[in-house]
Amino acid sequence: MFDIDKWQEIFATIKKNKMRTFLTGFSVAWGIFMLMILLGAGNGLSNGVAENFMRDAVNAMWLWSGRTSIPYQGMKENRQIQFTNADYDLIKELDGIEHASGRYFISGNRFAYGTEYGEYTAITCHPELKEVESIEMTSGRFINQLDIRESRKSVVLGKDIYDALFKGEAAIGEYVKINNVPFKVVGICLEGGSTRHRNAYIPVSTGQRVFNGANRLHNFALTINANSIEESKAIEDRVRATLARKHKFDETDRAALGSYNKLENYLQTMRIFEAIKIFIWIIGAGTLIAGVVGVSNIMLIVVKERTKEIGIRKAIGASPASVVGLVLLESILITTIAGYIGLVLGTGLMEGLNFIVEQQFAASAATNSGSGETVFRNPTVDLNIAVTATLLLVFAGAIAGYIPAKRAARIKPIEALRDE
Amino acid sequence: MEFYTDLENRKAMIRLNNVHKSYGIGNNSLHVLKGIDLLIEKGEFVSIMGSSGSGKSTLLNILGILDNYDDGSYYLNGTLIKDMSEKQAARLRNELLGFVFQSFNLISYKNAMENVALPLYYQGVNRKKRNKIALEYLEKLGLLPWATHMPNELSGGQKQRVAIARSLITQPKIIVADEPTGALDSSTSYEVMEILKEINDDGITVVIVTHEHDIAAMTHKIIRLKDGVISEIIQNGDLKEWKHQYQKELEIA
Repeated sequence: MFDIDKWQEIFATIKKNKMRTFLTGFSVAWGIFMLMILLGAGNGLSNGVAENFMRDAVNAMWLWSGRTSIPYQGMKENRQIQFTNADYDLIKELDGIEHASGRYFISGNRFAYGTEYGEYTAITCHPELKEVESIEMTSGRFINQLDIRESRKSVVLGKDIYDALFKGEAAIGEYVKINNVPFKVVGICLEGGSTRHRNAYIPVSTGQRVFNGANRLHNFALTINANSIEESKAIEDRVRATLARKHKFDETDRAALGSYNKLENYLQTMRIFEAIKIFIWIIGAGTLIAGVVGVSNIMLIVVKERTKEIGIRKAIGASPASVVGLVLLESILITTIAGYIGLVLGTGLMEGLNFIVEQQFAASAATNSGSGETVFRNPTVDLNIAVTATLLLVFAGAIAGYIPAKRAARIKPIEALRDE
Repeated sequence: MEFYTDLENRKAMIRLNNVHKSYGIGNNSLHVLKGIDLLIEKGEFVSIMGSSGSGKSTLLNILGILDNYDDGSYYLNGTLIKDMSEKQAARLRNELLGFVFQSFNLISYKNAMENVALPLYYQGVNRKKRNKIALEYLEKLGLLPWATHMPNELSGGQKQRVAIARSLITQPKIIVADEPTGALDSSTSYEVMEILKEINDDGITVVIVTHEHDIAAMTHKIIRLKDGVISEIIQNGDLKEWKHQYQKELEIA
């Protein structure tokens, strides 16, 4: 197989037939290049969306109360359902619940410090909310159990509020007025998965006491222990059933008890991405087939074009095997090198794109203090897949060259030499 | 019909016994050679003549093992050429035969030297050595300055001389030339014939197909084909008389 003279003969042929070589090589390089872009873009989109989901706790669940829409046990519809602290204690102990936080909404949230003031949202919560909403502290601490138990007037400010009110000055230990009630700043935080940090957090017990909440709660934020849609659905149903029993409403009544299950949504979105991946693979396979057809086509023409040359070679003593070998080795050599070029260019482009995406991500992360926004992350292709695809094209090119070369080698030289 | 002994068959350079060849086109087959008996001795200079369709090219292809025949027997340099594998035929062509074609059939993307050297590639001679030998042959044919020229940079006569050099490089026993002067003007034609004559003087058997009788007249023996059979074999001595007669035939026609 390895015979320097044979390779010299092949290299000489390639060198003298640049156009033919280019066309054969181009169809292979293009096929691989497109495949890399396609698969890379698919991966990038899928990675980006997955990452966006990951910023909140993926296993988070939110519950909120409303008015019933279905008559239940002799009671008419349109009955207001109201959560209380008792519900919180109940939910917290349910199977499959990891963290739970109750929330009580306060209306009209005017924040003031010195001469600065602004409208922001004050969220009353339990310490567990930090886990559910992936809140990151930039300084100080989050609401703790002591705050809850003693109904302390502590507040954790979102970074945007801190920036607006304090203009970069030290804030921990200072007092901010929320609806004219002074609260002591204990921490500054960032909301996970967001570019805006306009929420302030105060202990739920303080909120209820200061702003006339009694023992009322408006909604619950939970994280759950589930590994599948089915499990997470089961936990959601268990929570709904428990609250329905307690508050006497139909457990299928989504107006009485609204719920949003992030894990379920996440897993469903990932299923969509599985489908998109399959779709991309189908298109990829199509691209590859187009490449194979292109290579085959060119090889057919090449052999046709070389019929006379094959005739000459046979007349002066070339055996059929050496003719087939010449055509075949040339085709394999060209397709391998072209495939490699396509691979390098495709990978290069995707890596370049990745670099730009990462830079943009870093830039947006820098302006938003840590969490950038992007729907496109790491758009690269598994090298094994790329190499396999290239080998497939090389193989197809060889087959496509072999069949007509074999036929050409079998033609009597006199037929090959016949003019016109 | 003549029959030869095996010994006689093997002594001659070329010996054809009752060779038939037909081309099948669908259901009608065209009977081109209808029983050819032919003897060509070592060192002869022979031309095959005939009008188009007389089967002269077919005969030459069979002689050159470029085509097979249906019936009869063909001995080349003592070897029976029949039902050969492509590989065997290729080896015999490479070792025994040199081809010269009307359309030169040089490989367009190889220069003169590489074209001449190509047959040696198939004998496994290394590149350096075969190029050196090729240059020697080009020198013999006065083409050394054109060694690195591509075929499209050469004149017709030069191309044919390159082709002749290529046919000689394997030191064949026979040169088979199909209308070697067909694409050349008359002065170049004579030059080429002169070269073929010199080759023949070196002891190589030369067989050419031609329809030009002045070309045929330069050979030692003319085989006239008519409708697939040999109508006449004219030896060199009879040539003048034949030429006279041929001319008369032309005048009548």
